Amino acid sequence: MVMKAIYVILFLIFAPFIGGLLDGIDRIISARMQRRKGPSIFQPFYDLGKLFSKEMIAVNNVQLLLNLSYLVILVIAGAMLFAGADLLMVLFILSTADMFLIMAASSDSSPYANMGASREMMQMMAYEPLTLLVAVGFYLTTGSFHVGTIIQQPVSAVLWMPGLLVGFMFTAAIKFRKSPFDLSTSHHAHQEMVKGITTEMSGTTLAIMNIAEYYEMVVILGIFFLFFVNSTWWSWIVALAICFVLFLMETLWDNISARLKWKTVLYGCWVVTLVAGGVNILILMLDK
Amino acid sequence: MAKVSKSPWLLHYDASSCNGCDIEVLDCLTPKYDIERFGIINTGDPFQADIFLITGGVNSQTESVVKQIYSQMPEPKVVVAVGICACTGGVFKECYNIKGGIDTVIPVDVYVPGCAARPEAIIDGVLKALKVLDAKQAALEAKGR
Repeated sequence: MVMKAIYVILFLIFAPFIGGLLDGIDRIISARMQRRKGPSIFQPFYDLGKLFSKEMIAVNNVQLLLNLSYLVILVIAGAMLFAGADLLMVLFILSTADMFLIMAASSDSSPYANMGASREMMQMMAYEPLTLLVAVGFYLTTGSFHVGTIIQQPVSAVLWMPGLLVGFMFTAAIKFRKSPFDLSTSHHAHQEMVKGITTEMSGTTLAIMNIAEYYEMVVILGIFFLFFVNSTWWSWIVALAICFVLFLMETLWDNISARLKWKTVLYGCWVVTLVAGGVNILILMLDK
Repeated sequence: MAKVSKSPWLLHYDASSCNGCDIEVLDCLTPKYDIERFGIINTGDPFQADIFLITGGVNSQTESVVKQIYSQMPEPKVVVAVGICACTGGVFKECYNIKGGIDTVIPVDVYVPGCAARPEAIIDGVLKALKVLDAKQAALEAKGR
């Protein structure tokens, strides 16, 4: 019980810092891949500091509240994951959090923000089936949805669900908002619809959205962690290292691919879900 | 207090430029000049911008656009006029449709002359604008207390 509380508190305090640092590393590595020098590793924190100090321009009163709800619900999902609670519940709460972001973007009249919101919903349709299959896969492999049980298996779950890992790597690019799936908004400047879902967010509102994204990054990496961890102590170190490598692979993928059209994203994700995820689940159902 | 000059986000608008200066502005993003090393992001969103960088003189069609973008940017903000046309109107100054430099419509903080302005000059001007930005932030805070 005490250990659970410690994990949750560590998550609450350090997740935004880890997310921010990962974002800084991502920006430097992206810059080096393009033969640029790139910003400081602490650039995401400078950005946050600036955003909080800017004048408050709000298009309506509800957007800040909805963004705060996005942050709080994401933090709840993350806290449940790190407390070792039900994985299925964590994934459902993650989707609920995203709904608040969509509502925040739809709450104003900007056509760019509304287009971003509708694309965000389309992205949810693309990644949600596989996310559920991952939870089912963990159940079939370990006999439980509970994160506390999943991490105490004698062998890592990835041995039984490599297809689901590949599928999750594929769809995680949507969650990290990386190319080729950064349809609703992009970390890179200038796209066909200004900043998409964040177009009407400025100052504090955008800063809250960024902090929420850092929490989400840590939650997604936490789910990757579950694939590799088992009851031995050294598997924790290996899993952490693999999570970092997977994150770097997402950066690489971001830099070598261009943005896709929404139909390609949707069908691509569904085909991967069906082939990698579906076949994996089928084998698990027959063999486990 | 976090300094706004640590993460200045830049909005580039072409008021009536011949695109000579625009290309030089985009040059600043290339690996050779790389303005992202100062934390600068070239954004397209006035709501999130700190520096308003304008090329070309103002004409009767772009006047309202320049004013609107300026009004949509949250304080503290600075305006950089890039190229001789944005500074004074340049060779187009006497044209029937040109109002003149950017400062005929909105207050300008830094002028970067040249035709076209060189990338080095643009970066120099933007960094000068960062000092103005910090001074404006300090003034805003003093007023707030």
